[in-house]
Amino acid sequence: MKAYEKTIEKLILISAIVTTVSVALITVFIFKTGMPILLKYGVLDFITGTDWSPTNNIFGIMPLIIGTLAVTLGALIIGVPTGIACAVYLSEIASKKTAGPFKAAIELLAGIPSVVYGFFGLIVLVPAIRNYILPIFQKFNPELNTSGFSILAGAVILAIMILPTIVSLSENAITAVPHEFREASLALGANKRETIMKVIVPAAKSGIFSSVILAMGRAIGETMAVLLITGNVAQMPGSILDPVATLTGTIAMEMSYAGPTHQQALFAIGIILFIIIMLLNILAQAVMKKMGGVN
Amino acid sequence: MKRRMMNKIKKTLVIGLIVSLSMTGLAACGGGNSGTEAGGSVVTAGSTSVQPLSEELAAVFMDANPGYTVDVQGGGSGQGIKSIQEGIADIGALSRNLKDEEKSSVSKEITIALDGIAVVVNKDTTVKNLTLEQIRQIYTGEINNWKEVGGVDAPITVVSREEGSGTRGAFTEITKVLVKDAAGNETDNTVANALIQPSTGSVKTTVASTPNTIGYVSLGALDDSVKTVKVEGVVPSIENVIDGSYKISRPFIYVVGEKVSETAQLYLDFVLSEEGQAVVVDNGFISVK
Repeated sequence: MKAYEKTIEKLILISAIVTTVSVALITVFIFKTGMPILLKYGVLDFITGTDWSPTNNIFGIMPLIIGTLAVTLGALIIGVPTGIACAVYLSEIASKKTAGPFKAAIELLAGIPSVVYGFFGLIVLVPAIRNYILPIFQKFNPELNTSGFSILAGAVILAIMILPTIVSLSENAITAVPHEFREASLALGANKRETIMKVIVPAAKSGIFSSVILAMGRAIGETMAVLLITGNVAQMPGSILDPVATLTGTIAMEMSYAGPTHQQALFAIGIILFIIIMLLNILAQAVMKKMGGVN
Repeated sequence: MKRRMMNKIKKTLVIGLIVSLSMTGLAACGGGNSGTEAGGSVVTAGSTSVQPLSEELAAVFMDANPGYTVDVQGGGSGQGIKSIQEGIADIGALSRNLKDEEKSSVSKEITIALDGIAVVVNKDTTVKNLTLEQIRQIYTGEINNWKEVGGVDAPITVVSREEGSGTRGAFTEITKVLVKDAAGNETDNTVANALIQPSTGSVKTTVASTPNTIGYVSLGALDDSVKTVKVEGVVPSIENVIDGSYKISRPFIYVVGEKVSETAQLYLDFVLSEEGQAVVVDNGFISVK
């Protein structure tokens, strides 16, 4: 029995090592491949350059960074309130019986492959934006035109994709709020709305916040769905109906045919993406510590 | 008794898991070193557009001739010429015609396949014919409304392929969207707001579903979801590409230097054989036979 357990322990240890080594290897590899061009071209020129034209040897990724941030921010603006409201409804308002089907549906949402989301966006969302959303915008600015491939399309699809993360994690956090809080609040004469808004959600804020951060990570890293519907135009967008290119989309799209320098530049984009996500994680942890969150 | 059974089952499962894990590990290691007998090897290098076709050809060739290996490398058409100059590769692959200054270093060029690029528009577009110059102006943004080329009054949405794509390279070169200055520096002048799609399929879907779009796809990938336009009055078809009247087409060429090894000759013979040309057709390109 002892030997048996030892073996299992060793196996688990090996699994842990494999994970860590993979992360280290990937980091080293990305930096090793992308660093030379980053240094040669100039880190600042690379990041602040507004022209991405690799076949002409111009590598400025500002439009890509803006594209990624615009789509992600849009997704958060749409997805976070919806997700938190949904979590509150499921854990505080709906009965167990009603909540069941909703939860199942949301879990199903998490299991849909991203390329399917992208295809859905391409067939449904892009024409819808062109046919129904554009006329609304044109009432204010008749000059505006769009093919439907836009920041808005990417943001809506990403919002749907990040919902499961926000809903299930926020719901866990809200459910974990001790029952005494509710009772105390109600006993003090607060109604249900006040209890939810002023007691329960604030008490669960660190859990809710971490769900938002995870969702943001997913939105920034999402490639395939966004690739299909944002139009992949590497230029500064003027409105949310303009097409944009994202960091991940550009890497995925151009890697297959890229020449040597171009390929290095794509890895350099990988470095920037890596740093952006690291910064976000650090920021998130700092904020959570400040909030004094336990979970 | 029952518990003991369960333990036994668990143990068997764990052992099974370990065995299967180590088997996959071994299998992964063992893949690389298949022993080669008598035979030889050929290295091809060059155009990334030709690369997928070369890989298919090489695979069929190696199946038919055990012991021979064909190593297919990319690098671009220019690299293809350089590789045979420097003797790094036996065969250089190009997806464009040889340039005058390159002819001296090549002793023989063999066209292995032809590829036409069709200009496609959304089904609702009324324009039926475009000149090469009009296509250039549309793709560089000088023309941005269909009425300027005889269509309705609607803005043109340009759809292109990603930077580095071989199809984009050939298309921009033939339509002169890609310009070259005296020093030989190439500039791709594709209009900045062109929608970029990463594959032939997604260009087709985009053009099919978006009004007023124009795009381009390889002739082999055409279907009726989109409409083709005549270029200089010529319908894009296999016949018109072969007789040269359809302008947006490109040859896939293998070039060799002075010395051609026996194995390289064997491979070249195979590519031009009926079997090799069948692979060409299977991959959606036009046979030269």
